[in-house]
Amino acid sequence: MKNLSVSNLEMVYELPKGGSVHALSDVSFDLQAGRLLTLLGPSGCGKTTLLNIAAGFLAPTSGTVTLGGEPITGPGQERGMVFQQGALFEWQNVSQNVSFGPRMNRKKKSETAVIVEDLLATVGLRGFGDKAVYELSGGMQQRVALARCLANDPEVILMDEPLGALDALTREKMQGLILKLWQETGKTIILVTHSVEEALFLGDRLFVMAPRPGRIEREYELPFAKVGLSVDPRELKASPEFIEKREELLSMIWDMEEQIMGHEDGTS
Amino acid sequence: MKESPPSVDALPAGLRKFPRFGRRGTQSRKTVTFGDASEVTTSKVWAVVSLGGLLVLWWYLTRGPEPILDEKTFPSPVVIWDAFVEWWQDGYRRTSAWEHASASLSRVLKGMVIGTVIGIPVGFAMGLSRIMRGIFDPIVELFRPIPPLALLPLFIMWFGIGEESKVNLLVWASVWVMIIAARSGVLGVSGSKVHAAYSLGANKWQILRYVIMPNALPEVFTGVRVALGVSWGTLIAAELIGAEKGLGTTIYIASRFFRMDIVFVNIIIIGVIGASMEMIMRFLEARLIPWRGKG
Ligand SMILES: Nc1ncnc2c1ncn2[C@@H]1O[C@H](COP(=O)(O)OP(=O)(O)O)[C@@H](O)[C@H]1O
Ligand SMILES: [Mg+2]
Repeated sequence: MKNLSVSNLEMVYELPKGGSVHALSDVSFDLQAGRLLTLLGPSGCGKTTLLNIAAGFLAPTSGTVTLGGEPITGPGQERGMVFQQGALFEWQNVSQNVSFGPRMNRKKKSETAVIVEDLLATVGLRGFGDKAVYELSGGMQQRVALARCLANDPEVILMDEPLGALDALTREKMQGLILKLWQETGKTIILVTHSVEEALFLGDRLFVMAPRPGRIEREYELPFAKVGLSVDPRELKASPEFIEKREELLSMIWDMEEQIMGHEDGTS
Repeated sequence: MKESPPSVDALPAGLRKFPRFGRRGTQSRKTVTFGDASEVTTSKVWAVVSLGGLLVLWWYLTRGPEPILDEKTFPSPVVIWDAFVEWWQDGYRRTSAWEHASASLSRVLKGMVIGTVIGIPVGFAMGLSRIMRGIFDPIVELFRPIPPLALLPLFIMWFGIGEESKVNLLVWASVWVMIIAARSGVLGVSGSKVHAAYSLGANKWQILRYVIMPNALPEVFTGVRVALGVSWGTLIAAELIGAEKGLGTTIYIASRFFRMDIVFVNIIIIGVIGASMEMIMRFLEARLIPWRGKG
C-alpha cells in the first residue's frame, strides 16, 4: 500500500495571448493509502489541474507528487482515472471496455475474462457485457467506467466529477456504489465534486479549495463515509451533524462565489 | 450551472420506450406539429405520386395529342425503355452494356483504392504530428480547391489518353478528400479517451491502434462516401472527352450519332449507379460503424 504525497505544488498556465493563470499555489498534503479524499470548491479553483498532475497528464510548474516515494512523471496504471462522461470507448461493448487495461497488458484471455465477470458483478452490471455502451443510461456508463478502472487493480483512483452528469436519484445510488467499492477494495481515492452533500457523504477526508490562486482553504476529517453503508444514507444526510457541516461548507463556498462575482463585476 | 443530460434511470421500465403509433412521426398524440421537424417524415404515397406524375407528364409532352418536345432530341419514356432493353441485350457499338459500366466502375474503384491508401496515412500523420501538419497543410490547402477536371488536359498530356490518365485523375480527386477526412477523424478524438487509455497502461502504438483509429473510422468512412461521389462525377465527365469504353464515352458517341435514346439510357444508368453507391455506403456504415455519433 502506497501513500500519496504532494508537496509545494505550483501550477501556472501561460496563456497563448500573454498573461497567466495561477491555477495552484503551494498545495501540499499527504494522503495515506486507503483514504477517500474529496475535493470541493467553486469551478476554476484548480481541482481538475490537481487531479491531472496526480494522474501524470500535466507537469507542475514546481513541486512534486510522489506515490510510495516514487515521483510521478507521466500517466501510469497504478493511478486509474474516472472522468465525468464521454471517456468510454463507444466502439467497444461493455466487456471490451472493462477488459481494455488487461488487454493492453497482454494478460491471459482466461484471466481477463474472470476479472471482467467479477467486476461487472461488483458494479451491478452482471449480464450487460455484450451491450453497447451507448445503449446504457448515464449511471450505467459510469459503472462501466468504474469497472474499467478497477480492472488494472490501481493503487489510487482519481475521479473528476464522476457523478456530475447524473440525475439526483441515480447520483445517490452511485454514491453508495463508490462507498462500497472503497470499503471492499481499500483503494485510495481522490474524488472531485461540485456537490457539498456528496463531498461530505463520500469524503473520509475533505479539502475545500479556493480560487485565485487555486489553493486548499480548509481541511476536514469526516466520520460519515465510514458509516455510510451501514446506516440509511438519507437518514445520515438528514442528521444534525451532517446538516451542520453542510451549512458551514455551503456558506463558505457561497462567500467564495460572491468574491468571484465581485471580481468579475470589478466592484471589489 | 452545468446542464445534465436527461437520464432514463428514474423512469419506470414501461415508460422508457414509448410505443410508436400513428402514421405521422413518432407520437401522434402531439397537439401541435407544424414546425416540429420530427413530425415531418417522407410521405410514401406522395413520393409515388410525384414520380408517376413526372413520367406521365414526360409521356404527355412527347407523345400526347399535341407533343411539345421533339422526339429527336427528347425521346419519350417508351422509346427510352426500348433503347434500354436493346442496350442491355446487345450493348452499344459491339461492346456490351456490362463492359461499359464495369469499365467506368473499375476506374473509380482503382482511383479510390489508391487515393485512400495514400490519403489515410497522410491524414493521420497530419493529425498526429506538428511537423507533418506543417509540411502537408499548405499542399492540401493549395491543391484541394482545384476542380479535378481542370487538370484533365494536363493528365492526358502526361499519362496519355488511355486508362492511366483517368485513374490518376481519380486518385487526385479522392486523395484530398481522404486526407482531410482522416485528419479530422484523428483530431476529433476526445482528450479524456486518450488519457483514460494511457492510465489503463496503453503505449503510444496501442493508443493509435485501439483509440485513435476506431475513433477516426466514422470520419474516414464519410470521406470514402464523399470521395466516391466526387470520383463518379469526375470520371463520367472525363470519359466524355475521350475513352474507348465507359458510360460517359457511350453518351458522347451516341450523341454524335444522334442516338438520344441511348444518351438518355446512359444518363439514367449513371444516376442509378451513383445513387446505389451512396446507398451501399450508407448500409455498410450502419452495419460497420453502429457507434457513429454516439460518443
Ligand atoms: N490548459 C489551460 N490553459 C490555461 N488555463 C487553464 C488551463 N486549464 C485550466 N486553466 C485555468 O486554471 C484554473 C483552474 O482550472 P481547473 O483546474 O480546471 O479548475 P476546476 O477543475 O476546479 O474547475 C481556471 O482558472 C482555468 O481557467
Ligand atoms: Mg474541473
